[in-house]
Amino acid sequence: MNRINQKLQEDKKLLSIYFTAGYPSLDDTAGVIKELEKNGVDMIEIGLPFSDPLADGPTIQESSTKALENGMTSELLFEQIADIRETVSIPLIIMGYLNPMMQYGIEAFCAKCKEVGVDGLIIPDMPVDVYHEQYQAIFEKYGLLNVFLITPQTSEERIRFIDSISNGFIYMVSSAGTTGAKNSFGNAQETYFDRIGKMNLKNPQIVGFGISNHETFTQATNKAKGAIIGSAFIKYLTKNGTESIKAFVDGVLGK
Amino acid sequence: MKKTYHVNEKGYYGTFGGAYIPEMLYPNVEELRQQYLEIMYEDSFQKEFKQLLKDYVGRPSPLFYAERLSAKYNTKIYLKREDLNHTGAHKVNNTIGQILMAKRLGKTRIIAETGAGQHGVATATVCALMGMECIVYMGEIDIARQAPNVARMKMLGAEVRAAKSGSRTLKDATNEAIRDWISNPVNTHYIIGSVVGPHPYPDMVARFQAVISEEIEWQLQEKEGRSFPDHVIACVGGGSNAAGAFYQYLDDERVNLIAVEAAGKGIHSGESAATSALGEDGIIHGSRTLLMQTKDGQITEPYSISAGLDYPGVGPMHAHLYKSKRAEFISITDDEAMTAGLELSQLEGIIPAIETSHALAVFDTRKFKEDDIVVLNLSGRGDKDLNTYIDYFKL
Repeated sequence: MNRINQKLQEDKKLLSIYFTAGYPSLDDTAGVIKELEKNGVDMIEIGLPFSDPLADGPTIQESSTKALENGMTSELLFEQIADIRETVSIPLIIMGYLNPMMQYGIEAFCAKCKEVGVDGLIIPDMPVDVYHEQYQAIFEKYGLLNVFLITPQTSEERIRFIDSISNGFIYMVSSAGTTGAKNSFGNAQETYFDRIGKMNLKNPQIVGFGISNHETFTQATNKAKGAIIGSAFIKYLTKNGTESIKAFVDGVLGK
Repeated sequence: MKKTYHVNEKGYYGTFGGAYIPEMLYPNVEELRQQYLEIMYEDSFQKEFKQLLKDYVGRPSPLFYAERLSAKYNTKIYLKREDLNHTGAHKVNNTIGQILMAKRLGKTRIIAETGAGQHGVATATVCALMGMECIVYMGEIDIARQAPNVARMKMLGAEVRAAKSGSRTLKDATNEAIRDWISNPVNTHYIIGSVVGPHPYPDMVARFQAVISEEIEWQLQEKEGRSFPDHVIACVGGGSNAAGAFYQYLDDERVNLIAVEAAGKGIHSGESAATSALGEDGIIHGSRTLLMQTKDGQITEPYSISAGLDYPGVGPMHAHLYKSKRAEFISITDDEAMTAGLELSQLEGIIPAIETSHALAVFDTRKFKEDDIVVLNLSGRGDKDLNTYIDYFKL
């Protein structure tokens, strides 16, 4: 069974952390993964940096720019993951934009993911219908889960369709905006989480965008299976380097 | 089935086009996709659109027989005078159309991207006309390079916001505008300035610009007794003026379409914007098309002396025209364009925009028959480029 599916079966709220591959330094990827696993994080989203990340706010944009300047590439990321895979068992998801994957070749990219032990992909600018008609068979052939985003504006009909073609979890974007734009939840989010919760989808939901600390993590996972932290962790890395990741994770988990 | 070079019902031109957008943008783009054709072809919309094009923009723009230029190149050259439009270029045809679209969609806030500032000015102009809030994203570097247009936008009441990410030029301004739209999904309409972006934008913008070739048809009929030329020439950055000049002739194979790209300092100089020659299939700003990128799929920064042509992608319609060989693609260097711009100034008394100068340079590199009828879309006037001309020719 895919590591993501195994993890989703555990009877606990999941903490997933996003970071940009090759940031702060080119060789930090493996160390960050190791530290996150050691300190009780449940899943990791590894950002494949892109020159033009449309869905991301300034924090992740800047980390992507830096990672590209550091020399990060798709091929190098696969090498880094292959090196670390034997020593960690945590589910690994690559989050990136479609263009770099197309240049690698979608099938070649998926094959390589399987080879190095990547469990799933999040591709924000891949249209649902393009995935369904052209790529789904390839993803399934290599045992990769694809994770779609939904937002407060996504229609019920569309959510049902996304649920029907997903086999892991649904990435529930907490509010309109790019990554890192907000850092608290209000009534609108509560209502939205409730609404989705009542749809009884077959895929559990993990909340992303707007989670930065213990308080927002608790709020987000009150109704959902887990939550994803991205920009807040990148900011922490920028300020504190990779030495004290434990303190960040402990803080979020309220330890 | 008859071959067509127009968009298909799924939003593609051949394999190019589509809407490769994050889910956060889906409702905005989908709302537009479902309604744009219906709104655009309502009688009341068409009436208002045409009235404004006539009384505010000054259309129809003349089709001018360029006698001295024709004599020099021994062929019959007509210039479609988009440079005479209000705001000095073809851009306003689209912004008039889109502001009317935005009003009918109930939007109250307009955003736009701009490179050199021409589309920003055209957007700020129609926002002033309609009393709409207007925010224009512009790369930090372009803001410094294009001070007069920044001042024009401010004078027209628009807010100019600096795009400080990435290379801080047009592509980054476009990214910032898209991010703004993601954060303001309900009240905002994004007026894209070219035939780029997710479907339905390339098709919608092409339809608004199609007024150019609609006029060419009847104007040529009057002057030559036939509604089609042998060749249509237009410059291509994103490709909106070319889309407008080609539109009525896309499926008419009697007409040769010539798209002119900016080769910068030479196609293989590393400083070029010749997307068809240098681009690979990929995704930029929500559209599958040809774009300039590294082997690893990172989008690269193009170069041209003309700010309006240095876009790393090209509209999906043009990518398809190139791949299918329906259109002839020619690239012109900075030097060739500048020479052609000076030549037109002195032969016909028209100072063209440097974008247009690229199209004009085709006459020096490609032969036409003596009795060929060639229409060149004179997309904009050169006032905005005076400083570049001055520096280049040491005037």
